[in-house]
Amino acid sequence: MNEPRSPYGSDPDLRAEGMELGADPEMLELRADAAAAGGAQDLAADSDLRAQELQADSAAALEQRRQRRYLIKALLRSPTFMTGLVIVVFWVFMALFSTFITQSPTATDPSVSLKAPSPAHWFGTDDLGRDVLARTMAGARTVLIIAPLATLLALLWGGIIGLVAGFYRGVTDEVIMRLIDVLLALPIIITSILILSLLGKGTAIIIVAIGALFTPVVSRTVRAAVIGEREREYVMAARLRGERSAFVMSREILPNITQPLIVEGTIRLGYAVFTAATLSFLGFGLAPPSPDWGLTISVERIYLQIAPWTVLFPAAALASLVVAVNLITDGLGRTFSK
Amino acid sequence: MLRLIGRRLLLMLPTLILASILIFALAEVLPGDVGRSILGQYASEADVAALNRELGADRPLVVRYAVWAGSFVTGDWGESPILEIPVRPLVMEALGNSLLLAGFALVLIVPISIVLGVFSGLRRDSWMDRTITVSTLSMTVIPEFVSGVVLLYVFAVWLKWLPVSALPPDGSPFYDRLYYLILPAIPLMFLELGYIARMARVGTVQVLAMPYIRTAVLKGVPRSRVIFGHVLRNAMVPTVTVIGSQVGWLIGGLVVVETLFAYPGIGKLMVDAAQSSDVPLLEASVLMVAVIYMLANLIADIVVALLNPRIRKGG
Repeated sequence: MNEPRSPYGSDPDLRAEGMELGADPEMLELRADAAAAGGAQDLAADSDLRAQELQADSAAALEQRRQRRYLIKALLRSPTFMTGLVIVVFWVFMALFSTFITQSPTATDPSVSLKAPSPAHWFGTDDLGRDVLARTMAGARTVLIIAPLATLLALLWGGIIGLVAGFYRGVTDEVIMRLIDVLLALPIIITSILILSLLGKGTAIIIVAIGALFTPVVSRTVRAAVIGEREREYVMAARLRGERSAFVMSREILPNITQPLIVEGTIRLGYAVFTAATLSFLGFGLAPPSPDWGLTISVERIYLQIAPWTVLFPAAALASLVVAVNLITDGLGRTFSK
Repeated sequence: MLRLIGRRLLLMLPTLILASILIFALAEVLPGDVGRSILGQYASEADVAALNRELGADRPLVVRYAVWAGSFVTGDWGESPILEIPVRPLVMEALGNSLLLAGFALVLIVPISIVLGVFSGLRRDSWMDRTITVSTLSMTVIPEFVSGVVLLYVFAVWLKWLPVSALPPDGSPFYDRLYYLILPAIPLMFLELGYIARMARVGTVQVLAMPYIRTAVLKGVPRSRVIFGHVLRNAMVPTVTVIGSQVGWLIGGLVVVETLFAYPGIGKLMVDAAQSSDVPLLEASVLMVAVIYMLANLIADIVVALLNPRIRKGG
């Protein structure tokens, strides 16, 4: 119902391919190897077999490393991924070091209030005479703290819930998924406004709120991936070995669903940037004089007619970050599904 | 068909109850001791308890929820403690304004995104296809307040083609209202454009690969008839389904766009109520949004059923 859209990432065929990531023949072989190695453990009473098994293990590990290298190479050749990455790295760099490069983002100077871009102030100045370039560069910081942390929380919670629901199925699955759906009974932005207005504002609450509201979608993706894995030989082998469920979930299944998990993570990251910026535009985020982009656009928009640069530069910055994250998602999705 | 609608209406009920429980929990339970928060930390225990009894806040949660939900169902939505006027007319008027804006935006979104999507599907993998796909998807992922301020600057401040405000002066004719709504509707359109166009494109590509299209072409059916009679019709089903699933985003978009353009709709009302901690107004507007949200999903399902005979007959 409220399945949030995933513009670049959820081309239906792309999604479908993503779900079948594990069906890649090479990966299958790899798994068969691992399963054989695992099955052998039961019989491995003498050291000879142990040695063989170790060899098989290291061969599998080697294969895995080779695969990873191949994927990274493919990503480095993907123009969409690289464009997105360069822009995101630029903003991360600015978030960390802009204060050493630019003028102060908060120092006011009434004598140069609302001045157009000039050699002294490349992006002009705002109503309080603050340097818009400095504020635009420093504005990346809040969104780059909130969005990744919220995404990680959603991945953690959604990962655990999805693993448990998909692994146990049956009643556990049913109950968990119904409970999770409650969070989606309302559009996400509405629920977060409700939460933030009643629990109070603040960075930590925003992170937790976005993390919690993204959890249902992540857990659905993880659950679907787990259901695809749980009938495979290597899971059977681990179970026959008598491994505990927690071990099977975390050490056997989890490493095999990292690809859909990474794609899901980047999709959510795009939405987290979107949502965090929107919340701070609506006044539920940080308070002035923070140079946060959403807040700046909200505060300075009354000067749109006389000093458009105060609004347009932060707007362009935010747009570039959101598009860049989505380009990364797109590049990852395409490379993984090849 | 009627049975389908009836069943879907019944299915709406539990979701609505869940939404109301969520709102109730957030608004009435989480803030904690009601009497204490009204009287402040220096009031005596006895005073707090007395006030709680008077307000009914000492009763069990289930009873409190039943009373709260009951008063909504019977139309008693309470009074805003901050504006000191009844909540219901306020919410209803704002809702009307929002529906006008959302309806206007939808009227723009659907034909434009379908035309773009079908067009790029017909010219699959050409540079036109890539340009359309990349630009519509970029529009979709950029927050609506960002595209909103840029559009405001370009069309209202710089080119002066459209008015800056979203409301015409009092007493203007109806078409004037629509003229003032063009600018707020565009960011809403952007929000949906990429996704819907993409579905229309995928639908077109899939339909074009069908054997009956090849048959039609080989039979010598004119290209325009193939496109309008077969392609467009069959590409519509996934597209309409997606429009239905995007209602949540449209509502979120309304909240932002109404705030940006200072348009007196339900989204702005909700944000204002949240900012001023006006709990009755916040509850009422969120609950109404929940109802609209579910009704919109229902309507989308019905439209999909009407387009797809398999669902229509089977329902």
